[in-house]
Amino acid sequence: MTDQAAGIPRRESSLLRFVRGAALIRESWVGMIGFAIVLFWVLVAVFAPLLAPFPPNQTGLPLSPPGAAGMTGGVYWLGTDQLGRDTLSRIIYGSRQVLLYAPLATLCAYLVGIPMGLAAGYRRGLTDDILSFISNVILSFPVLVLYIIIIATIGASGTNIVIAVTFASAPGIMRIVRGLVLDLRNREYVFAAETRGESPWRIMLVEILPNARGPLIVDACLRLGYVVITIGTLGFLGLGLPPPDPDWGGMVSELRQFAIVDPLLAVFPCIAISSLVLGFNLLADGLREVSLRD
Amino acid sequence: MLIFMVRRFGTMILTMLVVSILVFLLLEINVEGVAIKVLGPYTSVEQRNLWLERNGYFDPAILRYLRWLGNFVIGDFGNSVRFKVPVSDVLWPRLANTGILGAVALFFASLIGLTLGVIAGMREGGGHDRGVSVSAILTTSVPEFASATFLASFFVFYLQWLPGTSGMIDGFDPVQLVLPVMVLVIYDWGYIARMTRASMAEVMTTHYIRTAVLKGLPYGQVIRRHALRNALIAPFTVIMLQINWLLSGVIVVEVAFAYKGFGALLYEASLNQDIYLIEACAMVAVFVAVMTQTLADIGYTYLNPRIRFS
Repeated sequence: MTDQAAGIPRRESSLLRFVRGAALIRESWVGMIGFAIVLFWVLVAVFAPLLAPFPPNQTGLPLSPPGAAGMTGGVYWLGTDQLGRDTLSRIIYGSRQVLLYAPLATLCAYLVGIPMGLAAGYRRGLTDDILSFISNVILSFPVLVLYIIIIATIGASGTNIVIAVTFASAPGIMRIVRGLVLDLRNREYVFAAETRGESPWRIMLVEILPNARGPLIVDACLRLGYVVITIGTLGFLGLGLPPPDPDWGGMVSELRQFAIVDPLLAVFPCIAISSLVLGFNLLADGLREVSLRD
Repeated sequence: MLIFMVRRFGTMILTMLVVSILVFLLLEINVEGVAIKVLGPYTSVEQRNLWLERNGYFDPAILRYLRWLGNFVIGDFGNSVRFKVPVSDVLWPRLANTGILGAVALFFASLIGLTLGVIAGMREGGGHDRGVSVSAILTTSVPEFASATFLASFFVFYLQWLPGTSGMIDGFDPVQLVLPVMVLVIYDWGYIARMTRASMAEVMTTHYIRTAVLKGLPYGQVIRRHALRNALIAPFTVIMLQINWLLSGVIVVEVAFAYKGFGALLYEASLNQDIYLIEACAMVAVFVAVMTQTLADIGYTYLNPRIRFS
C-alpha cells in the first residue's frame, strides 16, 4: 500500500503477468482450437480411470470390430486388439504415457540447451566455437537415425527416450538461444548490469533469458508436437515404451498386422496421436501470431 | 569460393570422424550383445567368447577403431554380421532404392509446396493464404506412420487399388512406389509451402512490385517476371535441407511398407548391433547432410548475388 501512496505503480507479480500474456491466445482462433485440443487430451489423461470403460490390459474378445459387445457387458466402442484389449481404453491410458514423457523430454532438452546457448551467445569466442561445433555434429545427423541408434543400443524405456530426445534436441535449442542472445547482449540493460558488476551467469539468467522467452515458448510448443511424433514413431518401430502398458505408436504397429481382418482398428490410435500433434502445432501457430502482433 | 569449399570439406571430414567415434563408443557399451545377436540367445558364454575372440572383438577398442578407419578410407567397409556379406554389397543397392524413392517424393513435394506457397503468398491473409496455411499445419501434424496407416486402410483395404507392401520382389514396380511417395509428400510439402509463402509474401511488399503494379503491368506478368524470381531463392535452400529430413522419413516409410532401402537397412543394422553396417550408414548420412547443406549455400550465393562468402 505504501507503494501506491507514494505514487509508484505496484509491480505485478511475474506469475500474474505470465497468465495475462498467455491469455492473449484468445485473440487467435487457430490458437484457441489448438489449446482446446491439448486441454482435451490433458483432461483425458488426468481422468483416465474414470473415462476408460475397461482396464487397459484386461483381455477379452480378440479383434472385435468397433461397437461390438464385450463378454461381461460393456461395449468395445473402437474394437479390440489381438489379445482382446479394448482399444478405446488403451488410447485413453496411452495419453498418460505421451503427456508424461513428451513434456518431460522437452523440458530436459531445454534445461540442457538453454545454458549452452546462453554461454555460446554471451561469452562468444572459444566457448562458442566448441559448443557450435558439437551442435553442428549432432545436427548434421538425421534425427531419427540418431534416436534409433541410441535407443537400440541403450534399450527401450521411458528414461532412455528422455535421454535420447535431450541429446538430439538440445543442439537445436542451443542454436535458437544463441541467436537470440547475440541480439540481446548489446542491449543497454545488459551493459547496465555489467557496469553494476553482476556475475555473467546472473546477467544471462536474469537479464537476458526472460527477454528471449517469446520465441522460446513458440519453439517449445512446436518441439512438443515433434517429440510426440518421435515417441509415437519409436513405438511404431518397436523401440518405444515396453509392453504391456499402452503406447500409441506401439498400438498402431500391432493393430496394423491385423488390417486384413479390420483395417479400421489401427486407424483410431493414429487419429489420437495426429490430433495431439495438431493441437500443439496450432497452439504454436496461434502464439506466434499473437506475439508478432505487437 | 574455393576457400569456402575447402573449409566445408574439412568440416565434413572432421564431422565424419567425430560421428564415427561416437557411434563406435556407443556400441562399445554392450559388446557381448553382438555375439548374442549373431549366435542366438541360447548359446553359452564360452561360445560367445570364442566368436568374439576370433572376430577380434577382444582387441582394445582404439585398435579396432583404427583398423576400421584404415580400411574405411581405402573403401573396405568391413563385413556385415547381419547379412554375412561385405557391407558395400548391401549398402549401395539399398541406397539406390532410397535414391529413387526420395527423388520422386522430393519432386512432388517441391512441386506442390512451391505452387501452393506462391499462390498463398500472392495475397497475404487472403482466403487462399489461410487455406494453404491451415492445410500445411494439418498435414505436417500427421506422423508418417499414421498417414501410412490411413492411406493403406483406404487405398489398399477399402478401394483395393494399390498393393499394401512395396517389397519389389518381382522386379521394380512403379505401382508399389505410390503409397510410400504419398506418405513422404504429405509430411514434407507443408514445410516447403510455408517457406515459399513467407518468401513470396515478403517480395510482394517490396517497392519494385508496387512499381510494376502501378505502371499497369498485367498481374500475371508481375508475378511471373518480377515476383517469382526473387521469391524462389529462399525455398531453394529449404528444399535442399529437406533432403536431410527425408532421410529420417524414409526409415518409417520403408519399415511400414517393407521397401528395401537405406532406411530399413539402417533400422535392421541398429537392431542387430551390426557395427560396421551402422558406421557405413552413419557416414553416408553425414555425407548427404553436409553435401546438401554445402550445395544449398553455393546455390544460394549463385541465385542471390547480394550474398558473398568471405
